[in-house]
Amino acid sequence: MNSRIRLIAANTFREAVRDRVLYNLIAFALLMSGAAVIFGQISIDIERLVVVNLGLTAISLFGVVIAIFIGIGLVSKEIEKRTLYTMLSRPVRRWEFIVGKFFGLAGTLVVNTVLMALGVFAALLYVSRHLQASDSAILVALYFIVLEFLVVTALALLFSSFSSPLMSSVFAFSLFVIGSFAEDLRGFAAAAKGATHWIATAAAYLVPNLSALNVIGPVAHGETVAGNLILYNTAYALLYSALATCGAVLIFERRNLK
Amino acid sequence: MKPSLRTTAIASVLLVAFLAGVVVTLNLVDRERGHATLKEVLYISSPKVVKRLSLGYTGLMADIYWTRAVQYFGAQHHAGAEEYKLLPALLDITTDLDPKLLVAYRFGANFLSPRPPNGAGQPEQALALIQKGILANPREWTLYYDLGFIYYFEFHDYAKAAQAFQQSSTLPNAHPFVQVVAATMAQHAGESQMARMLWTTTFETTKDRQIKQNAIAHLRALMVDEVVPELEKRVQAYRQRTGHLPGSFEELVRAGLLRGIPLDPTGRPYRLMPDGTVEVRKADELPFITKGIPENYTPPELPNFKNINPDAPVGTSAQPIS
Repeated sequence: MNSRIRLIAANTFREAVRDRVLYNLIAFALLMSGAAVIFGQISIDIERLVVVNLGLTAISLFGVVIAIFIGIGLVSKEIEKRTLYTMLSRPVRRWEFIVGKFFGLAGTLVVNTVLMALGVFAALLYVSRHLQASDSAILVALYFIVLEFLVVTALALLFSSFSSPLMSSVFAFSLFVIGSFAEDLRGFAAAAKGATHWIATAAAYLVPNLSALNVIGPVAHGETVAGNLILYNTAYALLYSALATCGAVLIFERRNLK
Repeated sequence: MKPSLRTTAIASVLLVAFLAGVVVTLNLVDRERGHATLKEVLYISSPKVVKRLSLGYTGLMADIYWTRAVQYFGAQHHAGAEEYKLLPALLDITTDLDPKLLVAYRFGANFLSPRPPNGAGQPEQALALIQKGILANPREWTLYYDLGFIYYFEFHDYAKAAQAFQQSSTLPNAHPFVQVVAATMAQHAGESQMARMLWTTTFETTKDRQIKQNAIAHLRALMVDEVVPELEKRVQAYRQRTGHLPGSFEELVRAGLLRGIPLDPTGRPYRLMPDGTVEVRKADELPFITKGIPENYTPPELPNFKNINPDAPVGTSAQPIS
């Protein structure tokens, strides 16, 4: 990574922290400790399940919300504050600006996820009194959640490169929802015939396949995740993020900023 | 500021390369996961929990679950599966999410009741599903009709079937034919006559292409099952009259026992065997037949509806020979 991208990424991270993004950790901590205590009292033998399900779901949802709401402002905010012009008047290329922004927000989300993950393991330790070998699968689920963030961040950045923040958030959130049902969409495409089949197939490949990145259910039940799936999901998420970032670079490169 | 051509070119090439990579890796992910999706769907097998989790958007969720049920049935059916373990749960969730989704009760029962490989072979579950549908939609004549259909074909409970058809015929918008079915049933008509009426009603009241094809296939099978014994009877009559078996149907025509060469519902002439039995020429195109099946014939795993045009139900008339 060149130094200019690194600098932009570091600044994006700093700005996100300054925007009090990490305050979501307080809400998360309250949620986790509350769930761990309350479910222990009102339910039977599902404390561990609730901590894993609720913890991982909250990490995923909080992260996606941050990725979308910070991601959509990454370009427009710089234009609004006119800091983009100062930046681009220096020897910074437009693609470096986009790539730097992507890494900055991705870094913020990784730090946020690591802190939340510590919270999940602390809650797990509290309800189970000890950690077991199968809990390592939770790390895989967390890793997949981070991959999901990369995809959503790249999409938010893509939309923010040509659309208003409001529309970008609508587009990004819609794609997140559609992506969660991507396997159903591919099922519909496989069953359709004629032109509908081709249109649905194209749409099914273009939307992000987020359902394969969600292994919270099996992991909560102590199931392990196949090594091949980890490999393929990693390749997929990285390629998809690169694809969306490339799209953002292409659009931003040709955008008239006057 | 002019766009950098170099950056644009590189980004475009990368875009295409990444897109190709995405398609390849997605296929790898799919291959790795197999049917994981449906199993995961049923991690939450309680309809009540799914209903709560849908945050009030139960209609959309029901549509998604119904589509999953169809996909699941289609995949199992295509693979010639003998078991459809997830089907009842998927249908239960679908109809709990949207109790007015008639299609899920009707087609669901149709998936559940026939014996494998045509269906899941779970007529009790089919019956329970239709009864659940009736509870939620007591004024829907089609559900009573389906109830009667299941009682008749799967349980051979003619009294309950007659009662269901009777109830169906009294409900608003009931197809006029249902009244005829109910009346015929009450008169204790012969089984083939009753079956023909039911399949005819099914053919006339559905818009679905596959169900129409299925109904035509059953009607054709009924016809073959009726015609073959009748032809064999006439062959024996010829034998009694002449002391030997006929060599062809032409001899029966010349003897006045047939008006013409008998054709099966696909339009092909029946085959007269040297031992006096009668067979169809292409059994593959006549699924569900029980008579006239060529010796050593092995039926395909799935019934073949390819040559059945649902818009032109040829070969389903009730009087094929004279």
